Amino acid sequence: MTVATEQPKLDLREPPSWRRTKNRIATALMVLAMVLVVIPLGLVLYTVIARGASVISWSFLTSSIPVQVAPANVGGIGPAIVGTIEIVGLATLLAVPLGVLGAIYLNEYGGKNALARVIGFMADVMTGVPSIVMGLFIFSIWVLHFGFSGFAGALALGCLMLPIVIRSSDEMLKLVPDSLREASYALGATRARVTLTVVLPAAVGGIVSGALLAVARAAGETAPLLFTILTVTTVNRNLFSGANTALPSQIFANATSPYVGAQARAWGAALTLVVIAFILMLVARFVTGRFTRQGR
Amino acid sequence: MDQQPEQHVVAHRRRTEPTAQQREVQPTRGAPVFEAKNVSIWYSAFRAVTDVSLSVHEHEITAFIGPSGCGKTTVLRTLNRMNDLVVGARVDGVVHYRGASLYSKDVSATAVRRRIGMVFQKPNPFPKSIYDNVAYGPRINGVRNRGKLDEIVERSLRQSALWDEVKDRLKASALGLSGGQAQRLCIARTLAVEPDVVLMDEPCSALDPIATAAIEDLMRDIKSRYTIVIVTHNMQQATRVSDRTAFFSVLRDDKSDTRTGVLVEYGRTEHIFQDPTDSRTKAYVTGRMG
Repeated sequence: MTVATEQPKLDLREPPSWRRTKNRIATALMVLAMVLVVIPLGLVLYTVIARGASVISWSFLTSSIPVQVAPANVGGIGPAIVGTIEIVGLATLLAVPLGVLGAIYLNEYGGKNALARVIGFMADVMTGVPSIVMGLFIFSIWVLHFGFSGFAGALALGCLMLPIVIRSSDEMLKLVPDSLREASYALGATRARVTLTVVLPAAVGGIVSGALLAVARAAGETAPLLFTILTVTTVNRNLFSGANTALPSQIFANATSPYVGAQARAWGAALTLVVIAFILMLVARFVTGRFTRQGR
Repeated sequence: MDQQPEQHVVAHRRRTEPTAQQREVQPTRGAPVFEAKNVSIWYSAFRAVTDVSLSVHEHEITAFIGPSGCGKTTVLRTLNRMNDLVVGARVDGVVHYRGASLYSKDVSATAVRRRIGMVFQKPNPFPKSIYDNVAYGPRINGVRNRGKLDEIVERSLRQSALWDEVKDRLKASALGLSGGQAQRLCIARTLAVEPDVVLMDEPCSALDPIATAAIEDLMRDIKSRYTIVIVTHNMQQATRVSDRTAFFSVLRDDKSDTRTGVLVEYGRTEHIFQDPTDSRTKAYVTGRMG
């Protein structure tokens, strides 16, 4: 107390100045930008939930797709959900191992050699290829020879997922500190051993969540499916022969139909798809969090 | 493994008490572990180290000292072929390890590193349990037997003076250890594969004086069984633990504007610190030059 009274009072506040004004303007602009970004997202979610929630029920998720014109409360999208799970599942089986192995090559084996640089560059280019081009590509090399099938759709989605998986895994592998690799090499480990026992365990959380995000992205793609599965209304358990169906292409078909009932089912299917993507994101977050915590 | 009794080392050191005339490195018992002749090390077009010749002797601690950028770590990493991992690294000259040329075509870097372990500047435990860290080396060498692994883990942790601190939490993550404990764990991990040589790259630079003292004690304890080469910035540390010291320095060429590391002087630690031959060594060890 006595000491405090002896000293002149210090003013440690930021003096009013142009700098302070600039700071306030910049902060306000950032908040505004954030709001502008959230508005369309919120509107999309609101519309999908508002229009789709009333349609969704257990029977909607499991019933078959009505062939004839039917009101909104009749029939459902069961076959499309089955088709999406089958096709996206197969696409994941095709793209994720290939993509992770590719990323391991880029990071652990390729170094800075020409092949690795070309692959890395091609993966970047592939990320930018419009999804409909992937569909056309598979249409021309596969569908024209072997006909429409779920497998063709999986190929198209796999092509779409591959660069995403490569890039996200690559980033995760880059995050593994070189000191860990060196520690393993210094114990006489081979390159394969270092990769399997040190690098992959350290990066697995990020790799899995990157793959799940790629799955979520593929599950929502319509364009690659248009030319490959020839949307039908029935369940086709054989992925390798005959036309198939999936949620996005079913939404497309229903939404462009003139009938109110079909349109309502399109909204319901859209909400289902959003929820599936949302669940995958949550799982991805959970997986990343879990592995990161174990790693600390 | 060569089990030389500790007394042998002590007796030997007394016998070779240095005299002012005795500048040359005296050959000691047994063959030298490393013999480097005219070694130059390149990183692409940059010659990091030029013309280094020295030998490292069994059951001794050899210290590499010198200012930053003098190439001491580079030379150390050449001894177990860690520099192979650096793109563009190249070694000229010969490095012999127990009579075999380390850089001949048919030598596997992996086989070399299983005999010549390394402890790094920053403690780098794997994000695994304490047990799994120590068992890592034996496991990659094919030891699967649980009892044998338990035995190796305990022995290694005892050798690195960490056993009493961690014996109740071997399953806990190694990342929860303090810096000094983590570094001793890294030493235990290196010792678990029973290497012939342990290379240490500034193992104490990230540690406090107490942890440093613990590691130095540990080095003195294990040197009867291993040959140790240590890079250090701490000259007191070199005088405290090492039998021989190599002083490296940077050679600048103003004409071509290049610099490279050279070995200035190599000899018994007492010579280097008390009565060095080269004026540069003298300036460095007395603190008049960086």
